[in-house]
Order: sequence, then C-alpha cells, then structure tokens
Amino acid sequence: MIEIRNLFATVEGKPILKGVNLQVKAGQIHAIMGPNGAGKSTLAKVLAGHPSYVVTRGEVIFKGKNILEMEPEERAHLGLFMSFQYPVEIPGVSNIQFLRTAYNSNRKAHGESELPIEEFEKLLEKKMALVDVKAEFKERNLNEGFSGGEKKRNEILQMAVLEPSLAILDETDSGLDIDAMRIVAAGVNQIMNNEMGLILITHYQRLLDYIKPHFVHVMLDGRIVKSGGPEMALELEEKGYDWLEMEGKKEVIG
Amino acid sequence: MATELMFSKGGSDYKYGFSTEVETDTLPKGLNEDIIRAISEKKEEPSYLLDFRLKAYRRWLEMSEPRWANVNFPAIDYQNICYYSAPKKKASLNSLSEVDPEVLKTFEKLGIPIDEQKRLTNVAVDLVFDSVSIGTTFKKKLEDAGVVLCSISEAIKLYPDLVQKYLGSVVPIGDNFFATLNSAVFSDGSFVYIPKGVRCPMEVSTYFRINDKESGQFERTLIIAEESSFVSYLEGCTAPAYDTNQLHAAVVELVALDNAEIKYATVQNWYSGNPETGEGGIFNFVTKRGRCAGVNSKISWTQVEVGAAITWKYPSCILQGDNSIGEFYSVALTNGRMQADTGSKMIHLGKNTRSTIVSKGIAADLSHNSYRGLVKVVPKAIGARNYTQCDSMLVGDKCSVSTFPYIEVGNAASQVEHEASTSKLNEEQLFYFMSRGISQEDAVNMIVNGFCKEVIRELPLEFAAEAQKLLTLKLENSVG
Repeated sequence: MIEIRNLFATVEGKPILKGVNLQVKAGQIHAIMGPNGAGKSTLAKVLAGHPSYVVTRGEVIFKGKNILEMEPEERAHLGLFMSFQYPVEIPGVSNIQFLRTAYNSNRKAHGESELPIEEFEKLLEKKMALVDVKAEFKERNLNEGFSGGEKKRNEILQMAVLEPSLAILDETDSGLDIDAMRIVAAGVNQIMNNEMGLILITHYQRLLDYIKPHFVHVMLDGRIVKSGGPEMALELEEKGYDWLEMEGKKEVIG
Repeated sequence: MATELMFSKGGSDYKYGFSTEVETDTLPKGLNEDIIRAISEKKEEPSYLLDFRLKAYRRWLEMSEPRWANVNFPAIDYQNICYYSAPKKKASLNSLSEVDPEVLKTFEKLGIPIDEQKRLTNVAVDLVFDSVSIGTTFKKKLEDAGVVLCSISEAIKLYPDLVQKYLGSVVPIGDNFFATLNSAVFSDGSFVYIPKGVRCPMEVSTYFRINDKESGQFERTLIIAEESSFVSYLEGCTAPAYDTNQLHAAVVELVALDNAEIKYATVQNWYSGNPETGEGGIFNFVTKRGRCAGVNSKISWTQVEVGAAITWKYPSCILQGDNSIGEFYSVALTNGRMQADTGSKMIHLGKNTRSTIVSKGIAADLSHNSYRGLVKVVPKAIGARNYTQCDSMLVGDKCSVSTFPYIEVGNAASQVEHEASTSKLNEEQLFYFMSRGISQEDAVNMIVNGFCKEVIRELPLEFAAEAQKLLTLKLENSVG
C-alpha cells in the first residue's frame, strides 16, 4: 500500500531523514520506535506534507502515486491520515464544523455529493460512540481547552470519521496516563480493519501491549536500522536503544 | 443585489477602482467663509443652517488637527481640497430619468439596481454620489409607514424643526477637529426619521461613493427613532483608486427615544492605497455617535472595516436613559500598509445601563491595527454593566496590533469586564486543516470567520455571507 524508498529530508537546512526505507501492506500494523531526535516525527510530517520539511531525495509511493508531488490535502483525499503529537487549538471553529468540512472535502474529491447536516450528525454520533467520546465534544471548539488525553482522543475521532486507508499515529501515547492510553488504543483497534494500514510511532513499548503490531522497526539517526517482530519491542524495553547503537557499530566494523 | 456591490469577487484587485466621467458642478478648492456661503446657497438652505455652518467654521479655525492616534499620515492641506462637487444634472427625487445617465451607469456597474428590481430584496436605497443624494427608491412604501428616508439636504428644507432640534445634539459643533470641519462643509447624507411606535418595514440602506479626485466626502447622517420605534440601517462605502489621498470626514448622529432601537451596520471597503508603496487611499476620519436618550432605548453599531488607507473612528453610545443599552461589534482588517485606530466609547450616564464591546482586529502584511476604547461610568450611573472583549489576530510577522483600553468607573455599584487575546494565524493551523483534506483557502475562511463569528452574527443575513467572503478575499495574498 505504501512504499517509502530511500527518503532523505531536511528542515531549515538540517538533514533529519537519511535514507528511510519502509513498506506497509493493507491490514498490517507497523510500530516505529527510537530515541529522541531519531527522526520519527519528521517521517510522519514528511509523509503528510508539512511545508517546513524539504525532501532532498527518495520516493513515497502510496496507492501507486508518488505522493511527494502532492499537496497535503490531496494526500488526505487519497487516504492518508496523520494523528499529530501536539494537535493545535483552533478557537472559533467547532469540532463538528471542522469534521463535517473535512468529511465533505473528501467526498467532493471523490466525486460524491456532500452529506447534509442531519445525516452527518448521525454518522458523527456513531463514530463518537465507537471511540468513546462524549457527545458534548461536538460543539466545543477544535482542541480549545482540551486536556492532553482529550486532544489525542479527538485525533482518533477524526480518524474514525475520515476512514483513511493509511493512518500514521505520531506518539499518540505521549502525555497520557494508562487509562487514557487504554481508551485511545481501544478506539484505534475498533477502527482498524484488513484494508487499512497503520504506522504507530512511539517511544515506549506499553502502547504496543494494547495495539499489537505485526512489525517493529527502530529508527536511529534518520534511518530504520533494525526490523523485527513484536518481541523486538520487549527486547528494546529491556536493553534500551544504546544496545542497538552498539550493535550498529559492531555491524559497521565487523 | 445591493450587497454584492460592496464585495469584490475573484481576485483581490480593488474592483471599484474605476472612475466615472461626469459633468460636475464644483466650487474652487480651498476653504473660507465665501465657500461656505456658496455651498449653502447652492443647496438653497434656510438661514438657520448657514448659521450652523459659519459657527462651525469659525470654531474650526481655532482648532488644530489632532495627532494622538496610533497612525501616521502626512499633513493634510485643507486649502487643496474641493468642498463641493455635484453631478451637473440635478436629480429630481421623483423621477430617476432626470439623473445624469453616466451616474446611473456607475451605480449599475457597481451592481446597485436603482429600479423596481430592488423591490424583491426589500431594501430601500439612498444613493450619495460625491456628496449628493441621487434618489431614494421605495419612498412610497416608507411613506405609508410614516418613515422618512431622504437626503439631509431635503430634510433641512422639509423638516426644519426636527433638524434644528437634533442636528449637533449628539456630536456638538466643537466636538473634534474633523467633526467641526464636517459641520461647516457637509453637503449631503441621509436623514431617517421613524415615528412613534413604528417598526420600519424594511432594512434601510445607503451607499456612498467618492468619485471626484480632489473632493473630500463630508457626509452627514442623522437618524431619529421616536418612542418605541425600530430601524435597521446599512451603510456601504467604496471609492476609485487614485494615487493621492482623499479625506472622508463624515459625521453620523443617532438618537433613540424611550423604548426605541436603532441598529446601524457598516461595511467599509474604501480604496486602501497601493499595498506596496502605501500611496493613495482614503483617510477615513469619521465621528459616529448614538444617544440612547430614552429609557430602555438601544443602539447597536456593527462594522466590518476592510479598507481605507487610514481608519480613525470610534462609533460610540451615550447611555443617557435608564436601562439603556449600547453595543459595538467590529471586525477591522488591515493589510498592505493600512493603518487603523478604531474602537468605541460607551458613556454610562443613566441607571442600570449596559454596554457590550466586541472588537476583532486582524492585521496582515505590514499593517498596523489598534483598538482604542473608552468605558466611562459616571458616579451617578449606578448599576452600570460593561463587557468588553478585544481580540487580535496577526497574519504573518511584519504587522502589528495594539490595544488601548480606557476604563473609568466612578461608582462601586457597577461591573466592568475586560477580556483580551492575541493570536497568530500560522502555518501549523493551516497545515492541520490541509492534512485533513481541507484546502488552504477554506482553512483561512474557517479560521478567520471563526475568529469573527460573534461580530458577523450581528449583521443582517445577506451582509453576513458576503462579509465572510470579503474577509477571506482580503487575506488571500497575505497567507502562506
């Protein structure tokens, strides 16, 4: 579904991604772990098309198209969704207004007619129930005054409404306590299906107890240096990232 | 539709930049007693008005141009302005066929249909072209209701008692430099009178256009709402794009008696000068004030200001009657090199009076946008309540916003609240929207209009939709 080939990217002239390679197929859950500064969030933002990041080399083929040539909203229409690590607040714009506009933009992009208000409200209610978000969230302004947990749940709600083909969750568990994380994970699991791909970017192994990945990758210094099955996450938890850095050095020398 | 005329569509070039070739009757430039007498004579005014003008002129000579606002402009040469310019063919108020066809064409070009089609939108339109009211549609319908909507020139002759009683009663002759100048040289404007108990059957609308390059526009508007009456008044403004500055020093006076209500909405899109060099553009120095003279009276000002090189205005309310209410809702947008120093004054005099100020300032490019407000509660004004909210939004990092609130409370039995916020329309917000499939244009629209929601809500419906589009259009080139 998505293939990232030899991706290099910089921000403000500084190289962050130094040759990332990754392939995700439909129905697969991939976890990307790594220390701070490895480039995990950068990878997510580059995939989504953040204007501050400049791609210097490489390709990203999503559903047969090189999305690096597409605007962020076009990538969204194609079926890409990114959940932000730090969702911004937008005062004056309500959740429901935002969701309805996003939903209808996608429909328009696929040549479908916009959904009338009442029908959208019904759809939204179903999705809110699915990810366990209270009804009053609808009228609140987008992320305004939301706690960390509420913001993350709002991201998952958006994912539920927009039904993407590939979702990239950037450190969805950061800043959350165990209960909040469990609710978010439950929501994600409810949404996931065999046609979707999921990339989970996380620091800590604990999220992976609730959302079980098929593959775990480690990013170090702008590249994916090691890939394995879910048990690798446990090994990392035990040994830390330094172990991998040592391993990496050993490989280069040996 | 009348509303379309005020809003540029497709492209941010100033759509009303064209000027009209029309034979005009003008007085030579400069200001002295002879000019004033000439103006009064041309308009065939009764002597009471000439006296009013001369009194104001003499007072003006003693005053000097104020410079305390947070705006910069070169000194105005008052002798280099023409104070009277009227299209030559005098318009007969009963038959628009006598109006100079060029003038009518101008209004058509601007999208103002001054024919029976207007009936469908139920808006009565009074047109002022270079200081002269051209004609009023729907005179009959308003006449039937007892409502008077005419040019102030007519009112001076037809309703001298009302004019003498109320002209200068809200903005006195010596109030400020520009109002005093206006009192001496005003040539036309609107007069609206709503009799007791009448709810004006339609929205009343006025449209101003400054065509002549050298003329200033000094219109004077007077609205009187008798006991238990109601009127909703809309005002829109444009001017051609010249490279010199033009002065617009208008005065608007509103009087609301017991249980009466006046709603006054303005959408101003004057030419704001060259966005790069700052050359040209209108100086919008206006004095607008309402007096809630009666018990339970109410006056609301709603404005969307997106043009003029420099805007300097404070629509205000004097809350004289007990339980009276004053409201001010404003969106002031500056871009290019525009400057604005605008806000409101709420003067609480009576008992249990209430005022609300909601001001939204948006600055983009290299512009400066200042809010200046006064909330004054005199000692006798027990039980006064004010709520002020001034929010600013910065678009880009070369513009500036400032806030100058003045709060003077003279008794301990009143409540005054002030909230302020500043935010930046930034890349992160736009990217958030785009990553969800919403285009940048729609994103700006949603964010800016979300920001201005409380003000847009106060506009009459058709205006509201167009105002939202206008705001988005004005910011089109300033974002991203």
